[in-house]
Amino acid sequence: MTESLLGIRDLDLYYGDAAALEDVAIDVPLGAIVCIVGANGAGKSSLIRTIQGIEKPRRGSIVFKGQDITGWPSHKVTDLGIGQVAEGRQIFAGLSVDENLEVGAFLPRGRAGKAAAKDRVYQMFPKLAERRGQIAGTMSGGEQQMLAIGRCLMGRPELVMFDEPSLGLAPAIVQEVFGIIEKLNAEGITVILVEQNVAVSLTLASSAYVLENGRIVLSGSGRELLHHEGVKQAYLGM
Amino acid sequence: MDTVTLLNVLVAGLLTGCVYGLSALGLSVIFGVIRIVNFAHGEILVVGMFMALVLFRWIGLDPLLSIPVVAAVLFAFGYLLQASVIQRVAHLPEHMQFLLLAAIAIAMVSGCLIVFGPDAQNVQLDYALDSFAVGGLIIDKTRAYAAVAAVALAAALLAFFRFSGTGRAIRACADNYLGAQVVGLNVSRLYAFTFGIGSACIGAAGCIILLLVDVHPYLAPGYTLLAFVVVIIGGMGSLFGALLGGILIGVAEALAAEMIQPSLKSAFSFALLILVLLFRPQGLLGKAGR
Ligand SMILES: Nc1ncnc2c1ncn2[C@@H]1O[C@H](COP(=O)(O)OP(=O)(O)OP(=O)(O)O)[C@@H](O)[C@H]1O
Ligand SMILES: [Mg+2]
Repeated sequence: MTESLLGIRDLDLYYGDAAALEDVAIDVPLGAIVCIVGANGAGKSSLIRTIQGIEKPRRGSIVFKGQDITGWPSHKVTDLGIGQVAEGRQIFAGLSVDENLEVGAFLPRGRAGKAAAKDRVYQMFPKLAERRGQIAGTMSGGEQQMLAIGRCLMGRPELVMFDEPSLGLAPAIVQEVFGIIEKLNAEGITVILVEQNVAVSLTLASSAYVLENGRIVLSGSGRELLHHEGVKQAYLGM
Repeated sequence: MDTVTLLNVLVAGLLTGCVYGLSALGLSVIFGVIRIVNFAHGEILVVGMFMALVLFRWIGLDPLLSIPVVAAVLFAFGYLLQASVIQRVAHLPEHMQFLLLAAIAIAMVSGCLIVFGPDAQNVQLDYALDSFAVGGLIIDKTRAYAAVAAVALAAALLAFFRFSGTGRAIRACADNYLGAQVVGLNVSRLYAFTFGIGSACIGAAGCIILLLVDVHPYLAPGYTLLAFVVVIIGGMGSLFGALLGGILIGVAEALAAEMIQPSLKSAFSFALLILVLLFRPQGLLGKAGR
């Protein structure tokens, strides 16, 4: 049994009267890549936002590194080491590339190792280094995705949640993004991955969960789900 | 009107305009980041004026030297106002936020009336009647000092937003709210900080304006309106625009007062406003379409 980094139990999230998540339970072992699969509107982004404390659950518990962080505000959760590369990138379009990275290191956790983290990000993404003075909104979609990842790394997270990082990118760039996720994982970062590109992400995943209408309906290792008939039909188009 | 008189009027208008610009910066910062239209703007400014008046009467402090004290007190006021009250109405429709701020404004004017009464009061400075002679120009010392102080403070504010970590984080919140949450910024705290900075800036402008104008509680609505005009002319959300708009209004008012009639000076400001709305609705330095 591997050590658990993040554990979620009995999680319910409501928007007004509408349930977005019900009875969700997930376990993320230290060093794993955990994949969340689900159709549009299943609640994947809601789950990620709830883990980060941006949405407040009605019920359930979220435990990270042995601490119960349920209901914590997002700045405290982030400062404890949970980072997110959000759906739609959510970079600061009007700020420069370098300023985006600086803001990513605003919390005490990030500030502590800012210089080293920035060197690492610029080394990992030479394009960003070349364009450090450029206004972020004027970069290409692929470059903006790299910036979103770099900005997240500036906070020195132990767990990174990727929400559809390949959305709207050219195939070559998508390959690059998956390569980066594998590399970060190899360097010790635990990953939660939400992806449209189910085949590839299940190949990377150590374990995976299928979310339907806010409920976990199936879970297993990446390989098990890859060969599961229901998953094949619904998400792999086979 | 001869050239020297005209130049004198232009310079006086330009100097006053710098102070208008500083005041409008306070409005622009709050709107640009928190998206709250601060209808209590003029009231905060007048409270700043009264605080400087009290410090002058009490310990003989020059209004320009009272800026740090007044700015600090109004920073705290703005911070608490945002954190305790305004934040709670952020999700409500704009007209309801308007009612809240209008109520705060009325309460502030009433408070000033109770404490200071309705009469105009001023500070008597020993340099009040002095002037600098530059070539053929005659520049009032008070106006020159006022402009220098306003420009210095505006520059400090712009530098804060450009170069400091907190200033960058505040710009990030204004740029992308969800993005700010995603990187773990404490958005409520940064908003409160922003309202504090905006109020401090307005209060500083109040201290400076006290050099030029007698203070009474009913000045407040006029200054709210003036700041709106300045910000709309300069471009909503553009900090440089607020300064430029302030200077334009200062000059337009001075020219109107000299060439036509002092009581017509606001008419000129509004004419300028209408022209800008007709030909460049986003304001001189504003970005078209949001
Ligand atoms: N802020 C919100 N307020 C109200 N309802 C919301 C909000 N965000 C999401 N929802 C609803 O919650 C449900 C889950 O949405 P969510 O964005 O989490 O799904 P998702 O799995 O990420 O979908 P997608 O694949 O399209 O990104 C949807 O029905 C959505 O309409
Ligand atoms: Mg989503």
